[in-house]
Amino acid sequence: MTMTLQVDPIACTGHGLCADLLPELIELDEWGYPILADSVPPDLVAHARRAVSACPALALRLVRRQHQLVPRHQSSARRARYEGDR
Amino acid sequence: MSHAYADDGYGSHGYSGDGYPVDPHPRDKRPDARTTPRLTLDWQRADCAATLREHSARFGPLPRHAGGRSDLLDQVEASRLTGRGGAGFPTATKMRAVAARRRSAVVVANGMESEPASEKDKALLARAPHLVLDGISLAAEAVGAAEAHICLPRTRGWLVDAVLAAIGERQQAGIDQISVAVHELPHHYVSSEETSLVHWLNGGEAKPTTTPPRPFERGVGKRPTLIDNVETLAHVALIARFGADWFREAGTREASGTMLTTVTGAVSRPGVYEVAAGTAVGDVLELAGLQAGAEAVLIGGYFGTWHDIAAVDGRPFTAGGLRPVGASPGAGVLFALPAEACGLAEAARIARYLASQGAQQCGPCLFGLPAIADDLGQLAAGRPEGDPLSRMQRRFGVITGRGACHHPDGAVRMAASAVRTFQADAHAHAQRRPCLSAYSGRQHGRQQTAMLPVPRPFAEGDWR
Repeated sequence: MTMTLQVDPIACTGHGLCADLLPELIELDEWGYPILADSVPPDLVAHARRAVSACPALALRLVRRQHQLVPRHQSSARRARYEGDR
Repeated sequence: MSHAYADDGYGSHGYSGDGYPVDPHPRDKRPDARTTPRLTLDWQRADCAATLREHSARFGPLPRHAGGRSDLLDQVEASRLTGRGGAGFPTATKMRAVAARRRSAVVVANGMESEPASEKDKALLARAPHLVLDGISLAAEAVGAAEAHICLPRTRGWLVDAVLAAIGERQQAGIDQISVAVHELPHHYVSSEETSLVHWLNGGEAKPTTTPPRPFERGVGKRPTLIDNVETLAHVALIARFGADWFREAGTREASGTMLTTVTGAVSRPGVYEVAAGTAVGDVLELAGLQAGAEAVLIGGYFGTWHDIAAVDGRPFTAGGLRPVGASPGAGVLFALPAEACGLAEAARIARYLASQGAQQCGPCLFGLPAIADDLGQLAAGRPEGDPLSRMQRRFGVITGRGACHHPDGAVRMAASAVRTFQADAHAHAQRRPCLSAYSGRQHGRQQTAMLPVPRPFAEGDWR
């Protein structure tokens, strides 16, 4: 089961603790907000958990895989476009 | 430039402009698919909203579906109607997802039209509110909704009045089984995002929220919620009357039916035009009278992309037709850049506007968009600090995909396309040689570098 890190971008206030604790998978952009690696290799899961629990804004999560956002039979392109309604 | 609701601005496909159709009321009330306007039928006959009586004479009464709710869902699916709010998602898929949930559903008509370069939702609601209200009524029946809302921008009080008047007419006539609540929301750019509508209707601010859950799972009052653009619902009203086959008589295999477009900029007849889906970009521009010398076009609005007209001229104005060049029709917006204007300056103004219009929630958007707007602004003015071009390229890659909504992505896409399309200009500007139009504009004292409408930002905190 692949694990991934997710950040709630609304909750995140750019403390940057996560990047200190998990520099292998998290780097900070020029404004101090985390840029996450795609997936968490098994040997780093424990470290990832630690980073998650250290987040002062409770914005970081470790989850199994991305949630399915729209019905399964839609192509990924469709799924992406569905998000862009304006 | 102010963008008033000009009554000379509404053309529609099929009219020559010098007269009315010979037979204004087709015998079987079925507008001819290819040559006659559909949604815009008879718009030129009146300068105010069609009354319920006029509406019924035009299109026939609101159909009752003998086959029950699945009948309309089948028709909408067979019509291959896609959302007209910008994302182009298949309407039937959305409706079925809501209908499949156990709890009773909610229907929300999205008439926010936050895209400053679009006028079509406003025009549609102003001229044919009953088409939209028919669509709400039918969609509610199809997905099993007991509650319906229509969201309109607070800045358009007159439009709210028109819609309320239309709802009043329908209540008197007793044609709807559902009552539609009208809401006036703050008119920020991100306030028309569907999660913003849900959040606002639930008592919060008109700001996007983190998903999942998507509104079709848990939306207004935690109920499954169908949110459709008002034009989409108007098409549903016609599909329910005339069927999927009729709907598909216009358009192409890839994109069916007709679509409303807003064409502005270097055109002699700016306004809202209804065209068959699949009409070439160049033909849509010609409809509005493209002026000589215009070389670039902004496709899809402020979230769209800049292109050389020559490169997109023959391409269908559809999602599939524009995908190869990295464009999307968005809500059907075309802005032709006047020959004397500077594309970089226009892009910088849009970027500045989009930066101010974020929900100020997510760091990459909150800090990244102003940074890009600054880069573009320095470039446009020909006063670069450091190397704004490579700085921007790096920031484009970092910002995309890191907001709760897609506001930062859209802004980045627009800025990146400007740098690409106006590449020669960008390099000249970067070497402190801004383009001629910037100079000529100043010399003649005209505001030549301000072509696109940029609404005034709202007061801080006005999100509720």
